[in-house]
Amino acid sequence: MSRYAAPGSEGAVMAYQARYDHWIGGAYVAPEKGGYFENPTPVNGAPFTEIARGTAADVERAIDAAHAAAGPWGRTAPAERAQVLNRIADRMEEHLEALAVAESWENGKPVRETLAADIPLAVDHFRYFAGALRAQEGSLSQLDEDTVAYHFHEPLGVVAQIIPWNFPILMAAWKLAPALAAGNAVVLKPAEQTPASIHYWMSLVSDLLPPGVVNIVNGFGAEAGKPLAASPRVAKIAFTGETTTGRLIMQYASENLKPVTLELGGKSPNIFFEDVSDDGDDFYDKALEGFTLFALNQGEVCTCPSRALIQRSHYRSFLDACVARTETIVQGHPLDTATMVGAQASNDQLEKILSYLDIGRQEGARVLTGGERADLGGELAGGYYVRPTILEGGNRMRVFQEEIFGPVVAVTGFTDFDDAMELANDTLYGLGAGVWTRNGTLAYRAGRAIQAGRVWTNCYHAYPAHAAFGGYKQSGIGRENHRMMLEHYQQTKNLLVSYAPKKVGLF
Amino acid sequence: MDAPESAPGARVDVTPEAAVLLRRLTGTHGPLMFHQSGGCCDGSSPMCYERGEFRTGDSDVLLGELEIEGVPDPVPFWISASQYAYWSHTHLTVDVVPGRGSGFSVEAPEGVRFLIRSRLLET
Repeated sequence: MSRYAAPGSEGAVMAYQARYDHWIGGAYVAPEKGGYFENPTPVNGAPFTEIARGTAADVERAIDAAHAAAGPWGRTAPAERAQVLNRIADRMEEHLEALAVAESWENGKPVRETLAADIPLAVDHFRYFAGALRAQEGSLSQLDEDTVAYHFHEPLGVVAQIIPWNFPILMAAWKLAPALAAGNAVVLKPAEQTPASIHYWMSLVSDLLPPGVVNIVNGFGAEAGKPLAASPRVAKIAFTGETTTGRLIMQYASENLKPVTLELGGKSPNIFFEDVSDDGDDFYDKALEGFTLFALNQGEVCTCPSRALIQRSHYRSFLDACVARTETIVQGHPLDTATMVGAQASNDQLEKILSYLDIGRQEGARVLTGGERADLGGELAGGYYVRPTILEGGNRMRVFQEEIFGPVVAVTGFTDFDDAMELANDTLYGLGAGVWTRNGTLAYRAGRAIQAGRVWTNCYHAYPAHAAFGGYKQSGIGRENHRMMLEHYQQTKNLLVSYAPKKVGLF
Repeated sequence: MDAPESAPGARVDVTPEAAVLLRRLTGTHGPLMFHQSGGCCDGSSPMCYERGEFRTGDSDVLLGELEIEGVPDPVPFWISASQYAYWSHTHLTVDVVPGRGSGFSVEAPEGVRFLIRSRLLET
């Protein structure tokens, strides 16, 4: 085990600035109203930087800068844009440790995860869209011998992106890479819980981007998010978050007749058929890990496998093994490389999780392990820590129906395939799901029957570029992580061309 | 939190601390409303908006109207009908905690966040 030094302290691999303004037009711009807010680290609850409190005037300046940059950027050769994305990826890779520590300090997640997942995935995302852009082709359709329809991909122009706080850099990369590849300029608003790490990222890559192509406006949703989402001067709004804000953003977009992509979360079932327990081999071990992934990123994942459905015939033995595996989770200082579960991202998130543990108990859910706030003492006493928790109950309980967004899994049993599918689909959401079985046919049938945008089959929580990610039902609109995303950030230009020398003959 | 005073049959209530905040926010923003969110990130949070900012429709249920001393009109509390189907057996209390909540809820810049506490409704 080793521990990274806190950002800015002696021996640290990176330091945050004491203050961040808005990044507009390739330079830092102070907020017009002059306000700033403190940004605490969830690791110990202490503020480590202050952030510009943006308002409508700041958003307008950012949109102005984006409009000035969008035309030239959209006309650059695809090879040139791809090169920029590849250079961003290279630069991030060169500073992987620093970015990983910055993200861990910002969000509270373990550095082991940011080193192995968040930052490498973000790097690869830029490379993927650089490649996807190079390989993108328009089309032509020969309608008759003298008439051809050409289809071109043209950028939308200026797009708005509102980023969540659970993977601040990775979620920004998911949205930035396709939008930039497609030739758009971006106004990006980070979440107010995690507003700083994207600025550290920008400090590493700003020389690679033409001014105004990426603009970052900070602030609160009500003050900066709304004017951005409601602006008639953005061509699209992309948002990751929850349902009420998703509806509100659609409402604003409808007023301007603009498209949206929304990723709004889920209550993902993780289904363990009885044949998982046929052997105590590597696959069984992998399935136990698959169960325990509910605690990954402190459960703050839209696709958290927060409902585990276990077939009755192996229910008790498998669940006992899952409890034992969960109890081996190392919780501690997020900058320790041995730490598996760190801090929740904010105090209100901590309070929300505790309120769910309360209603879960009231509804009769049994706590098999965890079930309380973790006081890690010492320098971590002010941080936001929750013990990985397994609740056992029934699917109509609220802890089975709402994304707690904490390291909490709700477990129940099922009798057969039909029962499993009924339980899996008895939810408002349909973002992710997991299926675990040694029987390929069963896995296929389950995967097709589950109403969710992604069904991990004998795996979970993998997020490679080139696998489409997005929701069914109330989990959202649109997909990310795949080359189809390029077209989400483009519009189709059709040139309908006649090569016929003679008139049609109507007039 | 202090126990809220609950009218018989009420489905939603507010703690005294949340009532104080609602009084202050009403002074700043005018009449307010809630819509209960679901889903990820800040899902499960009650979102507080200027009245009419969020358009409710036939897909929503008016769960209750919060009477706040010093606030002229009751504050309507809405939830989507589909979500209500899963929540209908519980009573909700709007509380407030220190926090940095996201979404477009009007209290977030104050460094606090509305939070739902729940209990089972008597059948």
